[in-house]
Amino acid sequence: MNEPSTDVIQGTLDMLILKTLSLQPMHGFGIARRIEQISRGVFKVNPGSLLTAFQRLERAGWLDAEWRQTDNSRRAKFYSLTRSGHKRLDAEKTDWQRRTAAVARLLRAEG
Amino acid sequence: MSLWRQLTRGLRVLTNRADADRDVNDEVEHYLEQATAAGIARGLTSEEARRAARIELGGPTAVRQQVRAYGWENLVGTVLADLRYAARRLHTAPGFTAITVLTLALGIGGTTAIFSAVNPILFQALPYPDAGRVASILELGTDGSQNAGTFGMYRGLAAGARSFGAIAVLRIWQPILTGQDQPERFEGQRVSASYFGVLGVPPAQGRDFQESDDRLNGPNVVILSDALWRRRFGAARGIVGRQFALNDNSYSVIGVMPAGFENVLAPSAELWAPLQYDMSEGRAWGHHLHTVGRLRAGVTQDQASGEIDALGRAVLAEQRPETYDPETRFAVTALRDDLTRGVKPALFAIMGGMMLVLLIACVNVTNLLLARGVQRRGEFALRASLGAGSGRLIRQLLTESLLLSVVGGAAGMAIAVLGVRALVALSPPGLPRVGAIQVDGAVFAFGLAITALIGLAVGLVPALQAARGDPHQDLKHGARRATGGHHRTRGVLVVAEVALALMLLVGSGLLLRSLQRLFAVEVGFDASRLLTMQVMASGRRFDSDSSRYRFFDQTLEAVRQVPGVVAAALTGQLPLSGDLDEYGAIFETELGRPAPGYSAFRYAVSPGYPEMMGIPLRRGRMLNSQDRAGAPPVALISESLARVKFQGADPIGQLVRMGGDPAYTIVGVVGDVRQASLALSKSEAVYITTSQWHRAENAMSLVVRARGDAAALAPAVRQAVGSVDKDQPVMRVATLEDLLTSTAAERRFSMILFTAFALAALILSSAGIYGVLSGSVAERTREIGVRAALGASRGEILALVVRRGIKLTLVGVVIGVVGAVAASQIIVTLLFGVSRLDPVTYFGVIALLFGVAAIASWMPAWRAARIDPAITLRAE
Repeated sequence: MNEPSTDVIQGTLDMLILKTLSLQPMHGFGIARRIEQISRGVFKVNPGSLLTAFQRLERAGWLDAEWRQTDNSRRAKFYSLTRSGHKRLDAEKTDWQRRTAAVARLLRAEG
Repeated sequence: MSLWRQLTRGLRVLTNRADADRDVNDEVEHYLEQATAAGIARGLTSEEARRAARIELGGPTAVRQQVRAYGWENLVGTVLADLRYAARRLHTAPGFTAITVLTLALGIGGTTAIFSAVNPILFQALPYPDAGRVASILELGTDGSQNAGTFGMYRGLAAGARSFGAIAVLRIWQPILTGQDQPERFEGQRVSASYFGVLGVPPAQGRDFQESDDRLNGPNVVILSDALWRRRFGAARGIVGRQFALNDNSYSVIGVMPAGFENVLAPSAELWAPLQYDMSEGRAWGHHLHTVGRLRAGVTQDQASGEIDALGRAVLAEQRPETYDPETRFAVTALRDDLTRGVKPALFAIMGGMMLVLLIACVNVTNLLLARGVQRRGEFALRASLGAGSGRLIRQLLTESLLLSVVGGAAGMAIAVLGVRALVALSPPGLPRVGAIQVDGAVFAFGLAITALIGLAVGLVPALQAARGDPHQDLKHGARRATGGHHRTRGVLVVAEVALALMLLVGSGLLLRSLQRLFAVEVGFDASRLLTMQVMASGRRFDSDSSRYRFFDQTLEAVRQVPGVVAAALTGQLPLSGDLDEYGAIFETELGRPAPGYSAFRYAVSPGYPEMMGIPLRRGRMLNSQDRAGAPPVALISESLARVKFQGADPIGQLVRMGGDPAYTIVGVVGDVRQASLALSKSEAVYITTSQWHRAENAMSLVVRARGDAAALAPAVRQAVGSVDKDQPVMRVATLEDLLTSTAAERRFSMILFTAFALAALILSSAGIYGVLSGSVAERTREIGVRAALGASRGEILALVVRRGIKLTLVGVVIGVVGAVAASQIIVTLLFGVSRLDPVTYFGVIALLFGVAAIASWMPAWRAARIDPAITLRAE
């Protein structure tokens, strides 16, 4: 837990959000925490970027948003993945794997 | 799908900002709450947990701002905010706003109105399918003059030309509707069968002409225009096949043209009949037809010109070897160019003039905006120091200038609608396609485009100036100090304004002097108190020459009895009325020589006509009532003809033939008369009595000299004509003074517009010079105060300011003169009797501009000289 956490790699936030939501609908803080936990604290999500990303993904049609009443009668916004969101996630995953594999090859060659 | 979401979400935010804000708030709050809860779960106190959550979030307000800023709708929001701010700023300066909007409205409105007038004439295609393929075929004389077509040539070309799909010939036809209470003359055309095929517009009802209709003594058939069908026949359903009487002959209607059909070759024509050309007596080679054709697809004008030139000359060489002139040329030109050739120079000049006015208006508005920018420098500095970037400031100022131009443009469109009506009302006769002039989509788009362009153009320089300002300096000194940059920019604007105004003033000055020269032309007769009307003898009962002679004699007698008539006479053609009746005058002395006859105007007149018109006798005697049929044929010739043909020798007693026999003995020489127009000096003429011409005219102009007001006599004279034969229509009722005026109609039209432009330019540019100088005086109040304190006299301060004004004017005048010399090339065809470099005009305009500049700079200078140094220095 004492490893320094870094910001999410540029351009991967969307994919991470989609991946996290592919398991179950969640609210903003839940998603942030989940990303931190699964990355074992390597990635730390900037809340401003996260909430803005929700707007963007929702308007792109990959997320659906739903307001739910919380226990202490507040409103919470829950996001879930749409059908096209699933497709998008698959596409991003494939793309990411292709790119990381390429980077890994390059690093190996240099070594 | 996603585009749809973008749109709907954005719109929802726009329409209900409060709800959207609440959503963002709640989401951020919830996030904060969860983060706090997570902290407590890790064992922090609730206070520590809340602090940690806030730090993690990076400030709830900032996050809210960040999330809110997402989405296209925010751009709309800022633009709206900019607009609101701009509107508020303009509202606080009503004087400035009113002047700016008015200036722009006049500029945009005027330009749009002029554009809508010239658009159908110069730019739009003619209203026919594949209009680019409709072309005129021209016969060009040796001197480049253009001759009307002949039927013989039409036959030759129609038989041989491969570049044309169809060729048609046409001429004016003015039949009289008879058998009704009131005789009515229609404007129409006689056309060869292929005419509507060439235009590409078939009749909407009934059928088109066929080849079988178009032969001598063919069937009397007629096609009506939609307007005539509605007006005269109440849009009757079964009109095709109906008969009605024209010129005492029965014609049957075979078709009606569509409602939208525009007959550009004769806009007022309302009915068409087959040409049914009479080829007897060698008439086939008389020049009185217009030839048009439709090019085959893919054939260029140049190719067609080449073919028609070769073919036309071959036809002439073969069929008319005795008169064939190898210098004759044939050419093909697009019908639109052929129609607009006459008016193009005037229209381009008017458009150019209007553009100059628009430019001056823009320069003025730029000037005003700059001056306002100086006043607002404190405001800009404040905004800049509060974090507005220079881009933001530029955007704000451009929003302001765009708002101004849009308001100006909207007002301008209203002006354009009115202006177009005024233009059409003022337009000279003979302007092609007047009916198509209207404010339509193209005009609207044009207005919108120049509005946007102007909004950006006038705002850019002031905006850049404002953004360049140094907020520190400006905040410290308020808005009272001038910078060098401002001075230079505004100096350039004054120079531009003076130069543009000078170009316009020179143009209108030249036109004004042309018109003055034109009206100083000696017409050759005394036009005062002269009334004229055309009297016709048409129909079956006037088939014989003797019946026509009798009718005209009786008419003349009846008119002479009308009280108030001093004298009356008849003439076959009337000066300045549009009549052009020319014959080859062949003098006895040159018979057998190769030189052909000399083209002269033929006047068949009643004896006494020259005396009544006040045409002076130079030699010999006038015509009198003894010179009737059976008596030795005699003629008068005009001075110019005598000069050309006899070079000072006495023409009296010589013989002249007009086209053929008989030979007339010249008994007198009379003064020259302008026939075609004031500007055309050709006045070679031969006068003979009507009874000594080999056939009677069927239309003659009656000319009456009144004791008092000529126009007031018209009803009585008409009645006298009607008393002789009530079925004969009387046309073209006018005073000769009216005719005199209308012959200069086109020049007058250009002149009126140019004078209006020049006046606007003069007012705008003097306001501009005044504005710039008074602005610079206001900016230099402190400097002037210091100068005064250091001992500068009032005279010196006066000179300081006036010198700057005069210097700027001088530079503007130099540039303007160069521009005017170049631009005057455009109006050279509109000038008459005045060189385009006329020194009187140039010096007059330069003097006028210097006078205006002197007054405009003297006023601020006078104010500057009265500045009390103590007050200005204390004010700092």
